[in-house]
Amino acid sequence: MSANVNHSLPLEYQTEQNRLNILGFWIFLGAEIVLFATLFAVYGVLGHRYAGGPTPSDIFKLNDVLIQTLLLLTSSFTCGLAVFFMRQRDMKKLLTWFVITLLLGAGFLFMEIREFIHYVHEGATMQTSAFLSSFFVLLGTHGAHVTFGIIWAIMLIIQLLQRGLTPVTARKMFIISLYWHFLDVVWIFILTFVYLKGMVA
Amino acid sequence: MGIKWNEILVGGDPLLVGSQIAIVLTVVAIVVGLTYFKKWGWLWREWLTTVDHKKIGIMYIVSGVLMFFRGGIDGLLMKAQTARPEMNFLDAQHYNEIFTTHGVIMILFMAMPLLIGLMNVVVPLQIGARDVAFPQLNALSFWLFFSGAMLFNISFVVGGSPDAGWTSYFPLAGKEFSPGIGNNYYAIALQIAGLGTLMTGINFIVTILKMRAPGMTLMKMPMFTWTTLITSIIIVAAFPIFTVALALMTFDRLYGTHFFTLSSGGSDMLWANLFWLWAHPEVYIVILPAFGIFSEVIATFSRKTLYGYKSMVISIVGIAFLSMIVWVHHFYTMDAGPAVNSFFSITTMLIAVPTGVKIFNWLFTMRKGRIQFTTAMLWALAFVPNFVIGGVTGVMLAMAAADYQYHNTLFLVAHFHYVLIPGVVFAVFAGLYYWWPKMFGFMLNEKLGKYHFWLFTIGFNVTFMPMFFLGLKGAVRRAYTYSAESGFAPLFLVSAIGSIILAIGFAVFCYNIYWSFRYAKRNVSHDPWDARTLEWMTASPVQFYNFAVVPEVKQLDAFWHMKKRGETLTLKESDIKKIHMPSNSGLPFYMAVVFGITGFFLVFEAHIAAAVAAIGIVVGLIVRSFDYDDGYYVSVDEIKQTERTWRNVEGGTENHVG
Repeated sequence: MSANVNHSLPLEYQTEQNRLNILGFWIFLGAEIVLFATLFAVYGVLGHRYAGGPTPSDIFKLNDVLIQTLLLLTSSFTCGLAVFFMRQRDMKKLLTWFVITLLLGAGFLFMEIREFIHYVHEGATMQTSAFLSSFFVLLGTHGAHVTFGIIWAIMLIIQLLQRGLTPVTARKMFIISLYWHFLDVVWIFILTFVYLKGMVA
Repeated sequence: MGIKWNEILVGGDPLLVGSQIAIVLTVVAIVVGLTYFKKWGWLWREWLTTVDHKKIGIMYIVSGVLMFFRGGIDGLLMKAQTARPEMNFLDAQHYNEIFTTHGVIMILFMAMPLLIGLMNVVVPLQIGARDVAFPQLNALSFWLFFSGAMLFNISFVVGGSPDAGWTSYFPLAGKEFSPGIGNNYYAIALQIAGLGTLMTGINFIVTILKMRAPGMTLMKMPMFTWTTLITSIIIVAAFPIFTVALALMTFDRLYGTHFFTLSSGGSDMLWANLFWLWAHPEVYIVILPAFGIFSEVIATFSRKTLYGYKSMVISIVGIAFLSMIVWVHHFYTMDAGPAVNSFFSITTMLIAVPTGVKIFNWLFTMRKGRIQFTTAMLWALAFVPNFVIGGVTGVMLAMAAADYQYHNTLFLVAHFHYVLIPGVVFAVFAGLYYWWPKMFGFMLNEKLGKYHFWLFTIGFNVTFMPMFFLGLKGAVRRAYTYSAESGFAPLFLVSAIGSIILAIGFAVFCYNIYWSFRYAKRNVSHDPWDARTLEWMTASPVQFYNFAVVPEVKQLDAFWHMKKRGETLTLKESDIKKIHMPSNSGLPFYMAVVFGITGFFLVFEAHIAAAVAAIGIVVGLIVRSFDYDDGYYVSVDEIKQTERTWRNVEGGTENHVG
């Protein structure tokens, strides 16, 4: 927003307004942590209340979950590469890696939706038991975040094509990368406390 | 679509039919008035699309005062119903709805907007900033709050109000026991308003951390700015919990999940825990800014620096921390066991320590000060003893074993009214009398202000003091009537009479606003109270860019010391540079409309219509993403002109005579 640009900093940190936006987004992520922590707490309370319905080991298919994990973790790496090339001012490589990131994200989403459909066909719906209610809402919230991120990223790609790399587009790119890594971190917790713990119990 | 059109309008009860007619007439009057006076363009340009923190603050305050009126009417209806034993003024259902909306509106739609409104007006000025960090997001915060508040308020004439208490405990609030749509309003309207509050929290943290005037280190910030910062942090830490709790409630009610149900493994106490994990910090979200207001008012009118500034800061941080670990004291009777109850008992009592430190600091600020008994100061003075009554009864309630006796009685109700009314409402009144000239360029009438003060304070005590004794005698809260044999009748009658005095006090306040708008002198100085902080350094009402030149801060009470050094009204015109300002935007208002429509359809469980309306939300976000409006610059000439108009007023301005 303001005109004084500090060229010694990375592109996304050069204007005052950019620095404000990035700090604001970090604080927003703090709020997101509380949001997911609450959902995990709910899952922690309700996750073993099967009400005669299916248990985790009845329905979870660990192979699919591992593929999902692989897709999402790789996408975090490619997202990092995209930001790396943004700092190099290499628009082509930035877009390439960013699109790969989104494809991996979409692949994750496809697997997750397929998994949910499979559960529903087996009669494990959100209405079956407290365990499944908390399971679907926790994972659904994460999945909805990924979906939102993909739509957001497409809008950003259009802007990058329209405007090239400016402090504003670079800031937007940097912020979405923070968001994307954050979703990855949440997934690691889901993998650990929902899937792996569910299989062990 | 599952809408039953014949059930949408609540009919039958003459009170409700009267309200419906009144609402329609008011809306028609507003539309006709705006058209007749050709004010639509003005409304759109100056208010609906504004991103100016001062105007947003004023809109918050106006909404808060209106909601105070609505919540107050609810309170009066309850008092009328319980004035005599076995009255039939309201039936049980209507009474349930009214105590529910009274609680929700007073906390979320009265206390919150009034405080956030004052924060909006004052904090950027106190730190010498031109606006908040994200002006358009700030407008969105307001409009989402407004959208949620309106959605909640139409419930009593469209479809029925929520009736499970402001705490909406399960299983009562669930579909099984409350099959109507009333509680959907609770889940969805509060969700929309809550999103706005969360954004306010983020906005103010960034603003205060990053946009302070040069030289203003954290420990040189005015106390109201400090409390706003800590409040914002609590908002960010606590509101997402409520977001989740409300979302789960929505899922339970609309989509048949089993989070809080009694069947299929749900846990009703999980709701109570999640609710209070948010709602206890929420109490401190409203009390901390109020403490900040009292700190400013007491320092100004004692003509002394705030006593024990450092310990004040440590205390608010301590209170913020403790506020997160006391929530179980709201349901000791859940019987979580002596160890759990003892832990929460101790943390609760601990809160009395930093709060006590603050009380003593205010008293020591006044000690040997040259106290001026302005209306604002009277509120601050009355706050101390009244709040101490609330605080001491709070410590009584904190003892888990004793709480089994007090739980769910009017003793508790009296306690939290003694905390919230002196703590928050007195603070809001003090803040409004104090900052009114800064907002509007004229003062509220001090004489009317004193009538307002005495009527309100006496009415408050007469209303709520009897309730302590009623509670100790065993009168339960939320009961719509009682028998003549109970012996409660005399105290209930006294309480009802008190509520009328209280209401007259509020009416005097409203009349004061009207009177002052019409007749108060307009030639008020920019610093009518001879105050201490930066907001008084600039014009009243404040020019849209706040400060022609951002002041440099050397110590606490910066403006006071500048006045001592005689460097306040001198402005070197060569120092003026062009100022960057954000552009207005209609997007926040649009978002409020689509959020409101989506919420309305969701309340009526019309899922397809809600999904269609939700596309409007996504469209709004996309439009915002492609919005590269970079604001505009105010020219040096325009700034010079504006500054000359208020800095060199011939004939002088009038200072307040204490």
